Amino acid sequence: MVYYVTALLLILIGIYAILTKKNIIKIVIGLSIVDSGVNLLLISIGYIKNGTAPIFSLKGLTPDQMVDPVPQALVLTAIVIGLGVTAVALSLVIRLYDHHKTLNINKIRKLKW
Amino acid sequence: MDWAMIAIYILAVIIIVAAIFSITQKDLLLAVIGTSAISVVLSIFYYLLQAPDVALTEAAIGVALSTIIFVIAIKKTERYEE
Amino acid sequence: MRKVTAIFVLAVIGFYMISIIATIPFGVKRDNVGQHYLKNTVKETGAVNTVTAIVVSYRGFDTLGEVTVLFLAATGLGAILFDKKSKKRRLQHASLIVRVGAHLLYPLIVLLGAYVFVHGHLTPGGGFQGGAIIATGVLLMFMSYRTFETSHKVLVYIESLAGIVFVLAGFSGLIWGNSFLQNILPAGEAGTLLSAGIIPIIYIAVGFKVGAELTGLLDNLLKTIK
Repeated sequence: MVYYVTALLLILIGIYAILTKKNIIKIVIGLSIVDSGVNLLLISIGYIKNGTAPIFSLKGLTPDQMVDPVPQALVLTAIVIGLGVTAVALSLVIRLYDHHKTLNINKIRKLKW
Repeated sequence: MDWAMIAIYILAVIIIVAAIFSITQKDLLLAVIGTSAISVVLSIFYYLLQAPDVALTEAAIGVALSTIIFVIAIKKTERYEE
Repeated sequence: MRKVTAIFVLAVIGFYMISIIATIPFGVKRDNVGQHYLKNTVKETGAVNTVTAIVVSYRGFDTLGEVTVLFLAATGLGAILFDKKSKKRRLQHASLIVRVGAHLLYPLIVLLGAYVFVHGHLTPGGGFQGGAIIATGVLLMFMSYRTFETSHKVLVYIESLAGIVFVLAGFSGLIWGNSFLQNILPAGEAGTLLSAGIIPIIYIAVGFKVGAELTGLLDNLLKTIK
């Protein structure tokens, strides 16, 4: 239960950073925090009490005592794609700074070429 | 109250404090260190939720690679928020 | 004004998310497709790690899509930050302790990364984790020495060949089997290294590709610092 509350608070803190902050790098940090919160929420839904990891490493393990493996496969993909999104977003930030010489989104909206 | 639940509560409080610290700092390098602290404690949480593959992935990608990309972006732009 | 609007929007989102998440009980066993995968993995594919079998064999096409997305991200970053004038890195040498330590640790880190992606079907691990560990080891060498260079051509060749091996493994399932990415090699004895059909072949290809890609991405980023 504490896992649900932590994941929800991480998502809300991340969305607050995206909506309120004026520095572009703070907005990208907020996006990364939302990614972490969503991944924690997905894995904590698939947990079974007193379960064990879904690997048949010893001889006597039966599939009744294992946690759900499908959310883990989804989150494995999601973490890597989150890294890709962060990398492309930061390269766009570097290009914007080269052109406008500022990182404040209010000033970037007012400049016209 | 057994000790395992108390440890999980303390780790959850550490995550929330690191997240709030990371979005209210004016120095952007400290904000990035807050993000990588969130990734480290999340990796411990994934291990406690019996998901070792995901814990390995989060520790390898979230702590090392995401932080270095942020630090290079900060070096090529400005370090302080105003 | 902006903060008040943001807090109001967050309150609405939070209220709806709480009312949905409260209906999901925590830690309760449900009967879904995960139970089918857990019961039939060792018989059908021969892999002991269920998450690896799902990612490579049951949902292999999604992994092909993810490898494509990572390739597009690395290419896009290289294209956006393209600069004809900058060729050399100008960082400083690190201190003596860091240099000697990096020289000792670098082969061990690459060995650990290779171990993790070769044994993906037996222990927790796999292609993405192993590739990220190798990229971290190369980053350590980049940070310590000013003159450590990786040849750009070799990285491009490794990455392209690994991608071609993945697609060819899929086509071989189409030619000798029934569908794309079907397991055509024998399942073998569960728990040994040479088992589980084409799953080790695909994961080795993915490990090489992700390692070469992330190394090229870091090289691209570090070259642009003046």
